[in-house]
Amino acid sequence: MDKLLEILRELNLETDLQTETALVDGGFLDSFDLVTLVAEIDNAFGVVIPPEELTAENFNSARALYDLILRLSDG
Amino acid sequence: MTFRQLYDEVCAIGSALIREGYFRQPVMVLMEKRAQTIAAFLGVVAAGCFYVPVDVRCPRQRVAMLMEQIHPAACICDEATISLAQSLPEAGRCLLCRTLAQCAVDDAALQAVRERQIDADPMYVVFTSGSTGTAKGVVGSHRGVLDYVQGLCQVLSFDRDTIFGNQTPLHVDACLKEIIPTLKYGATTCLIPEKLFLQPVKLIEYLNQQKVNTICWVASALALVSSLGTLEKIRPKYLRTVTFASEVLPIRQLNRWRQAAPEAGFYNLYGPTEATGICCWYALDRDFSEGETVPIGWPLPNTDVFLLNAYQQIPPPGEQGEICIRGTRLTFGYYGNQEATRGAFVQNPLNPCYPERIYRTGDIGRYNSRGELEFISRKDNQIKHMGHRIELGDIEAAAAAQEAVQTACCIYAAKRQWIFLYYTGDLTPGELMERLRERLPRYLLPQRICRLDSMPLTANGKLDRKELQQRSEANG
Repeated sequence: MDKLLEILRELNLETDLQTETALVDGGFLDSFDLVTLVAEIDNAFGVVIPPEELTAENFNSARALYDLILRLSDG
Repeated sequence: MTFRQLYDEVCAIGSALIREGYFRQPVMVLMEKRAQTIAAFLGVVAAGCFYVPVDVRCPRQRVAMLMEQIHPAACICDEATISLAQSLPEAGRCLLCRTLAQCAVDDAALQAVRERQIDADPMYVVFTSGSTGTAKGVVGSHRGVLDYVQGLCQVLSFDRDTIFGNQTPLHVDACLKEIIPTLKYGATTCLIPEKLFLQPVKLIEYLNQQKVNTICWVASALALVSSLGTLEKIRPKYLRTVTFASEVLPIRQLNRWRQAAPEAGFYNLYGPTEATGICCWYALDRDFSEGETVPIGWPLPNTDVFLLNAYQQIPPPGEQGEICIRGTRLTFGYYGNQEATRGAFVQNPLNPCYPERIYRTGDIGRYNSRGELEFISRKDNQIKHMGHRIELGDIEAAAAAQEAVQTACCIYAAKRQWIFLYYTGDLTPGELMERLRERLPRYLLPQRICRLDSMPLTANGKLDRKELQQRSEANG
């Protein structure tokens, strides 16, 4: 989780990453952030997020995103 | 929104503004992206004024700076933005769009305004990033828009059955591509919800649900969808026209799109805001492999595009020159900024006989062996990043405006698409980022901020941008 928070922090989003639950729905993430995130998650966790998992539900919070990474690395 | 509803709202907003006494004045539009925002634009025009759309995501200081340049007579807002506008002294009268749209229509007053309007009146002012930290408001005319749209519709064959899927924001001139042809032909525009661009499979599902057949997106939006593997999961079913503009689309991504939509025509479009939207177009008539350049092709009808070299002459075939534009579509220049206007809109050096204005784009181009124009690079520190036109000097100026910052230099590392900001001074990178956030819209914020003890200098004591460029490429 710390590793993911570090990646998210580097995006300089205008919100508190620990508590935010609407990163997508609240318009905090833009498409450049998304591309960066997908690449950095691949680098750091060796997880390639398939396009059908790129959804608001999975990216709205650091927690949800971390759960997605765990789920994908299990499979 | 139907055309009837749009027409009624436009007439209501126009009548309300006429009653306020505005004519040939700038009216700012500070609204979220939705159909009613377009009614606000056209309502301003119906009142004989010109609209000045502003990105609602701009921080307060930036909005204030834009207002100080324009001194709008009024500012049309929605519920989300009205308190921001009311708190700014330069906003002019703050009016709620929803209220204006319900005002009584005064047909006689609208007609009287209509009779006094000419095609050389301004229609809008849109802002672009400026190299000295002051945004530049480009003033577009009615005749420029008419000329542009007529040419564009001719080459792209828009018609009544066109269903646009709009991606570009409404506060830039790029959206004229969709809005005006939609009005001209009675076509359809779907304003794609912005957050779908973070959910690419849902985005393509949306295109299919709405039966979108025409997309005119910035290249980075197309690249985003294809680079994430989306098109291998789901295909757009109805596309017949795909245009990309504003930056170079990587060939690999282009080919993925062509494979996913083999029936569609693909077009590379090029044009600076200063010459109203798009001025060059190229219909992809052959395959491109990696390493090749997709040309920007040919000028639109009634537009002349040519190259000038350092001697103010047309360069020999195959040699580089600055891309210059001539025609009805040229905008008037930069609002309230004669100096910048004179720098870019100049007398045609090929014509010593009578006054003739051309626009020098600052883009370097060359004709390939087929006679098609290719874009090569920029002359200056302007970059394109995720569809946004950015002057690195804009960011440098915002950093240098901080008292604790002595010097600042911005570098773009193209490979990772990161903007680096280097500075010397007495505050931490985190503190500087916080300050920049108050002044700049998010797309202008650097991806990396690095504090240096001193700036690298060349042998002549000038700032060594090359050294910083190498450092950035290595870290990016």
